[in-house]
Amino acid sequence: MNISMDVGIWIAAALTLFIFSFLYRDNPLYKFAEHLFVGVSAGFVVVQQFWQVLWPNLIQPAVTKGTPEVWKFYLGGLLCVLLFTRLFQGISWMSRYTIAALIGTFAGLKVTGFAQAEVVEQVRATMVPLWTGDLGSSINNIILVVGVITTLVFFFFSKEHKGAIGATARVGIWYLMVSFGAAYGFTVMSRISLLIGRLMFLLDEWLGIVRF
Amino acid sequence: MAFGDTLEKLDRRWIFLLVALLVLIPLLRPLRLPLAVSGPARNFYEAVEAVPEGSIVVLAGDFDPASAPELVPMTKSVVRHLFRKNVRIIALQLWEGGPPLVDAILHQVGDELGKTYGVDYVNLGYKSGREAVMPSFGNSFSRTFPNDYSGTAVSKLPLMREADTFAQTALFVNISAGYPGTKEWVQQVQGRFDVRMVSGSTAVQAPEIYPYLQSGQVLGLLGGMAGAAEYEKSIDVPGAATKGMDAQSSAHMFVAFLILLGNAIYFSRRGAARRAS
Amino acid sequence: MMNLLPVVLTAIVGIVVILSFFVPHPYIAEPAQKLQDWAIVIVASGYVLGAANVYKVNGESAIKRQKDWLYKWVLLGSMSGMMVVGFFFSGGTQFLNEGSPFKWAYDFLYVPMQATMFSLLAFFIASAAFRAFRIRTVDAALLAVAALVVMIGRVPLGNLFTAALPEPIQLPTMANWLLEWPQNAAKRGIAIGAGLGVMATGLRIILGIERSHMREEA
Repeated sequence: MNISMDVGIWIAAALTLFIFSFLYRDNPLYKFAEHLFVGVSAGFVVVQQFWQVLWPNLIQPAVTKGTPEVWKFYLGGLLCVLLFTRLFQGISWMSRYTIAALIGTFAGLKVTGFAQAEVVEQVRATMVPLWTGDLGSSINNIILVVGVITTLVFFFFSKEHKGAIGATARVGIWYLMVSFGAAYGFTVMSRISLLIGRLMFLLDEWLGIVRF
Repeated sequence: MAFGDTLEKLDRRWIFLLVALLVLIPLLRPLRLPLAVSGPARNFYEAVEAVPEGSIVVLAGDFDPASAPELVPMTKSVVRHLFRKNVRIIALQLWEGGPPLVDAILHQVGDELGKTYGVDYVNLGYKSGREAVMPSFGNSFSRTFPNDYSGTAVSKLPLMREADTFAQTALFVNISAGYPGTKEWVQQVQGRFDVRMVSGSTAVQAPEIYPYLQSGQVLGLLGGMAGAAEYEKSIDVPGAATKGMDAQSSAHMFVAFLILLGNAIYFSRRGAARRAS
Repeated sequence: MMNLLPVVLTAIVGIVVILSFFVPHPYIAEPAQKLQDWAIVIVASGYVLGAANVYKVNGESAIKRQKDWLYKWVLLGSMSGMMVVGFFFSGGTQFLNEGSPFKWAYDFLYVPMQATMFSLLAFFIASAAFRAFRIRTVDAALLAVAALVVMIGRVPLGNLFTAALPEPIQLPTMANWLLEWPQNAAKRGIAIGAGLGVMATGLRIILGIERSHMREEA
């Protein structure tokens, strides 16, 4: 055992244990850590946005002499300032222009991004031969094509799920259930990994019992 | 029945305690069970292996401390793999909480393998804007990131004079914990700039990436801590993920056991209720 | 007019960004690039606005001594502390370099708390597996089988159980097959459906049919 002598490690370990104490029941130590976490996170994000985004991408070029097309930084700055009018009743309507520019940009990016990557490419990748000359890969391709079509039919709500559509949608549900099951299995893996990470910290960096 | 009743009314804190013990004990007394490398992880390794020596790779580390146990080991492995091949790295981050984690890995592995900052690797740091950053970065690295992680103008970094778009790079590696991450990079950058791309994802996100794998939009995938351990095995440098796999095994078996036990109790009670009526 | 102008602005911006995907000419590409440059700084300002809102909401309840007011002071104090340290005592743009007080706070406050907060989910998912995962129908049975195969098949202990069996029926092979084919098919169906949905919603916004984002609140 080679316990840490670093104050920072001790504070980190204490905060870790404060949060774990919630598993026993809600208590003041947990509440303290919870509020400290929100405060530290919010403070961290503001400082980071300033030094890593607003400073290099807006303020620094706007105040530096000789920046080409400096007007675009002024206009960008104006859009940012308008956003803050949301805090003041009476002039909050001004923020609409910033929101409009932002929403328009994101809508445009999403439309083309989804069309290309999620629709065109995915449909193309589903256009596979149902007989490849090899039984195994042919069955896999059939499973894929049937799964994509039946899942899409399940999400088709403009027509009542009865008769042939109902039966197809039923198969789609089975596919979805398999998919949700796999997702659940992976979610368990993720959550357990996070716990492993914290216990590794306590055993290694704090208590020095095992080195990872 | 009585035993089933007792179990069903069991205080959940006993389950919490068992979970903690089942993770803790294998960490203290590892079994070192053998690990098999899955197809997507092998493809990830081969895509990195195929990068020509001396070329430049873009590494986006889009995660924060919440997913560090899964993604830090795979980031470390991919940086080591690239540096060992004398491939140069341009790193960036789109998640607020993660930039120092990626920066520490670059410096730690870089120092270990004798790499020089600015020449062999650059960390561009963080930008907000999610999807808006992606095509913008694809059009010009230096316009989107005028300064690096520490505020140095990128024009002063030799590596950044050699690459300003994806066309000058050999591979794009995305280590991703969710939004924005692999899905968005595929939507905004992969097809638009014809980028060769691999993804290391949290286990939660990994199933979402499979359609891109089969379509060839993503060439390889590391899923969660298991994926990280598989990659550590591929590059022959066991790290934290490999050491965590025994704990992962025992906890998974316990959760599977709980599902079966819960249902055994449920069916035995339902059978008894039917017999009684 | 006040309502119409932002709608028109959304439409113009959206169309320019869509066109930039197809037309690389600078007349389209450059304005689209500028819009993305602005989006980056606007989102950053959004975070600052969010922080101002945290002050407003929590400051009120801290001053009025509402429920948990003492903890609200912890929140406001730590937030202000981080900002003071980050803006004035951590070397400006080098605020996250090794050795700065801000980096110290990141390493020993932010990292352990965020990581531990999320690790709590490991306990709750185990408890839920016991109490809530009931196989009442064929659908639920399919879900459970897929979950068990993936959960056990993706870890070394699961490999060990079926190592003696022929390769095609070993758990890791089954887990990988399940992920690559039936699971993949369903995910692709969802992706295509969601893709069409996002395209439709995006176009509705650009065409001004969907305007809920135009509501402003003080």
